Amino acid sequence: MYDTLILAAGDEVNPVIPHTSEIILGLVAFLLLFFVIKKFVSPRFEALYAERTAKIEGGIEKAEQAQADAQRTLEQYKEQLAEARAEAARIRDDARAEGLQIVEEMREQAQAESARIIAQGQHQLDAQRAQIVAELRADLGRTAVELASKVVGESLEDESRRRGTVDRFLNELDAVAAPAGK
Amino acid sequence: MTKLLASGSEFVAPGVKDFFLPPIFGSVTKPMVLLVLSILIIGAFFIAATRNLKVVPGKFQFAAESLYDFGRNNIAREQIGAKDFKPFIPLILTIFTFILVNNLFGLIPIIQFPTMSHIGFPLAVSLLVVYPVYHFVGFKRHGFVGYLKHQTVPPGAPWFVLPLLIPIEFFQKFILNPLTLAIRVFAAMFAGHLLLLVFTLAGEFLLLNGGLTVIVAPVSFAFAIALTFLEALIMCLQAYIFALLSASYIGMALAEEH
Repeated sequence: MYDTLILAAGDEVNPVIPHTSEIILGLVAFLLLFFVIKKFVSPRFEALYAERTAKIEGGIEKAEQAQADAQRTLEQYKEQLAEARAEAARIRDDARAEGLQIVEEMREQAQAESARIIAQGQHQLDAQRAQIVAELRADLGRTAVELASKVVGESLEDESRRRGTVDRFLNELDAVAAPAGK
Repeated sequence: MTKLLASGSEFVAPGVKDFFLPPIFGSVTKPMVLLVLSILIIGAFFIAATRNLKVVPGKFQFAAESLYDFGRNNIAREQIGAKDFKPFIPLILTIFTFILVNNLFGLIPIIQFPTMSHIGFPLAVSLLVVYPVYHFVGFKRHGFVGYLKHQTVPPGAPWFVLPLLIPIEFFQKFILNPLTLAIRVFAAMFAGHLLLLVFTLAGEFLLLNGGLTVIVAPVSFAFAIALTFLEALIMCLQAYIFALLSASYIGMALAEEH
């Protein structure tokens, strides 16, 4: 009985002819699902993808930034190093020049000093010589007079006459000795 | 049916009648219940998966993302083009998952009925959703006459074949496409389910009918199992093809050239 019922029903149904109720239900169900997916699912996924893309791109950007920073710092250091080197060279040059100058000055000073010392010595020598000459002159005069008085037997007691004689004699000696001494 | 077999009478091959079982209550039939169940499953799955999305996905999110990506990148972007595909992602994803889950119902124990073997359901999607959508976007993009020309006159066709070509193209684009789209998945599901029924019921008949036929029964069951795997492939494939063709129609309607 049950089988015949189904069979009877099966004879009537053509599977290619759609049922209106199924079309309507199919459409409604589909649209409901579509609404849910469009409203909730898709935007969330798209937001996630956007966030993910942003994160990855942000990471790359950050890395690039860091690299640029490092590069800049390196340049800076290199520049500073070059500057320091140049400065060191300049200081060295300056020092060398200064040293030369100092040596030159010292030399000049030493020369001046030696000239001064020589001049002083000369001066002293001249003074001593003058003194010695004066002393000798006095001694020589007295000795000569004594000798002469002993030889002549006549005492030349008169101071002024004696001095005049001795001076005259000595001047004659000087006149003879000076051209020869020079 | 069991009563019939047990009584030892002739084997009755399954047929169209097995697709139209009496309603469960009122005028609500099994495929109707399954259809509602399918949208609940898909909706709940995606809502749950997208509730707390992370940039680094967990396993569950990864699964949902893979499904979404498949509809988004492999179907929508491939067919519609990277320029225009974004607004159609929800539609394509809905089509794909909707058809897929309803097809797979044919394999799930107890349920075991592919909803899409009732032509009304795929027809609703193809004729009332895909068809209006792609023509609408086409008319909007190219203007009324421009779109008609765009769809019916293939570029590069010599003028003397146009009188022949234009009616054919028109017939195909405006009448045939939505029908073939629906019939393709309907026929595949109908035939597949029928095949499974034949082998399963035949095995049962051979087993219970007594006599030597019992020896052959395992062969029949083995075929039923093998066909189940084949069906699983076909079910996924049909859902993919339905979504792919829908996207392709939209892509063609939007394309600058053919």
